Amino acid sequence: MRKNGVKMIKIKAKDVDVFYGKKQALFNISLDIEENQVTALIGPSGCGKSTFLRCLNRMNDVIDICSVKGEILINDFNINDKSCDVVRLREKIGMVFQKPNPFPKTLYENVSYGPTIHGMAQSKQEMDEIVETSLKKAALWEEVKDRLHEPGTGLSGGQQQRLCIARAISVRPEVILMDEPCSALDPIATAQIEELIDELKKEHTIIIVTHSMAQAARVSQNTGFFHLGQLIEHGSTDKIFKNPDNTKTQDYITGRFG
Amino acid sequence: MNLILFTFIVLLGFTSYYFGRKKAYTIQSTKKRLTALPQFYGYYLSIWCAIPAFIIFSLWAIFEPTIVKLLILSDYSNQGYLDDELNLIYEKTKALSRGQFTGEITPFIEASAEKYLSLRSIAQSSKVVIVLSAIIASVAYAYKRISSNSRTREPVEKFLNAVLFTASLAAILTTVGIVFSLIFQTIDFFKVIPLFDFVFGTHWYPAKAFVRDSSEALDPTMYSDTFGAVPIFAGTFFIAFIAMCVAIPIGLMSGIYLAEYASYKVRQYAKPLIEILAGIPTVVYGFFAALTVGPFLKELGTSMGLEVSAESALAAGGVMGIMIIPFISSLSDDVITSVPQSLRDGSYAMGATKSETIKRVIFPAALPGIVGSILLGVSRAIGETMIVVMASGLAANLTLNPLESTSTITAQIVVILIGDQAFGDPKTQAAFALGMSLFLVTLCLNIVALRVVKKYREKYE
Repeated sequence: MRKNGVKMIKIKAKDVDVFYGKKQALFNISLDIEENQVTALIGPSGCGKSTFLRCLNRMNDVIDICSVKGEILINDFNINDKSCDVVRLREKIGMVFQKPNPFPKTLYENVSYGPTIHGMAQSKQEMDEIVETSLKKAALWEEVKDRLHEPGTGLSGGQQQRLCIARAISVRPEVILMDEPCSALDPIATAQIEELIDELKKEHTIIIVTHSMAQAARVSQNTGFFHLGQLIEHGSTDKIFKNPDNTKTQDYITGRFG
Repeated sequence: MNLILFTFIVLLGFTSYYFGRKKAYTIQSTKKRLTALPQFYGYYLSIWCAIPAFIIFSLWAIFEPTIVKLLILSDYSNQGYLDDELNLIYEKTKALSRGQFTGEITPFIEASAEKYLSLRSIAQSSKVVIVLSAIIASVAYAYKRISSNSRTREPVEKFLNAVLFTASLAAILTTVGIVFSLIFQTIDFFKVIPLFDFVFGTHWYPAKAFVRDSSEALDPTMYSDTFGAVPIFAGTFFIAFIAMCVAIPIGLMSGIYLAEYASYKVRQYAKPLIEILAGIPTVVYGFFAALTVGPFLKELGTSMGLEVSAESALAAGGVMGIMIIPFISSLSDDVITSVPQSLRDGSYAMGATKSETIKRVIFPAALPGIVGSILLGVSRAIGETMIVVMASGLAANLTLNPLESTSTITAQIVVILIGDQAFGDPKTQAAFALGMSLFLVTLCLNIVALRVVKKYREKYE
């Protein structure tokens, strides 16, 4: 989104290196991510795009041997700083995973999970409202409003993924990270999610890792191309797909490798 | 002698394997296609060696003693001996032939003993001859039958199938046999002692049944107030309850620690160490409870002005709880570890802390499995014998005071069956009745536990 013609930068990564034990997975990544836009990260398997995504909400903390160096500024605050509270950070940065992972609880409990642990609702009524709005925004409300107290694991794959999106947006995050959110879904469910992404970008900044070039072209405004742990090129999706600067990008986009 | 024969037959088995394979190679060298790998031809011949040997050995084991006995006793027929006397003569003959006879030796018996020895040696040598010739004949027959298009793989596979089936059948039949012997003895017991007295009686005093003079007629009324099982059922569940009060919190918390908090290195050492607890024989726990924990509790109680029995339910239950910790901790650790990582990631990504994730996501997801592990622990606690016998006394008090001594079903079975017992005596049959009730209780618990664990499995697979 541009304010007075100036691009608003939400996330600014500066010289990010990531190591798994002694093996370096990401080299010197610097990338700006625009607010209220969809940024797609593409590249062949094992190129580090998911690793980079997991840096943005410090999910790499969960992996013992993983260490992250460099600065990642979100709203001009370095999240790799010691003073950063991971709980608050993850409240602001939601995440949707490759495989739908609803909790083995009811639909209602799945969506109210985040608001409960962050103490966002004072009463049952407020919580009901949050659950309803989140499910509506995730385009799932109409399908499930009569069975909110049934287990979330009973839904279809596409519905489960939309439930996970509802869960992620229930705490009104500023950024939503999506790690190949459609790779386990059929084309119809994929189309629904893509439509949803387009809707969500009005209120959230979205970063999506995808294997599907077509999906990147359809949903994103900006694209970054990763290869072997390096960010080869990034820029507007139009430019990356139509007129890339780098020959590797050109080769990948046209399907010559990867 | 039998051992040498057996070794020889095994060697024959290997030799026939070798011959079978060799014949297969010979066939192969004539450029003919084999229907199976050469090994199968070897196995095929080995089976043809094993089956006749097995059949003849079994027949011998079944019929040899009977036939020898018949031949020996045929000398004594028509002399007006009773069956019991004939049996006695036969036993004397056998003892004398082994040189273990200590009574008066009559010439008759001496003659029988000699005959016995010669019969045995004839039987033995004929067995050797018959077994070896049968093996050689059958292997030779099979060897001749082998050709390029003979089927060997299927018979070998069928044979293996039959062996495995027999093994599992043996296990099943044993179980069925045990259950039936329990059932019949229990029915006999309840013919003398009314079921009502057993289930609702509050006095368990089987020693009273010792006092009966065997010449007296069986009088059911004298057993009233003797076999009331309420005190020992109460004692069993009470001690199991104390044990679970120790085992559930400690086992569960250590399981959660190992699964979620412990670093890889700590887990690597801590898990085997905890599992060593499960390997300690229960007798060792028993004397630990009787000699260390019991007296310690008594002293502690005395210093606080409490009356504590040296053999208290608390000591037995507490030590039993420690014994069960590794079961619960190890099983719940496995269950928690098998909760998919994606659920943890989902929770962390929402900004939940570790303890929130455990409390709200992992624990509920793992709960069925954890309940299963607890139920298995309970059935162990109920079936545990040694600790109770040693640490909680044998007097069946009906009490809910953990500081007093009480007794359990298992301990009472031990009391009843130690020393001399007579079959058909209500006292002995009482042990079967107790065993039966114990079996029913643990069976129910295990069924529930398995159901719960199965339900859990279906969720993620």
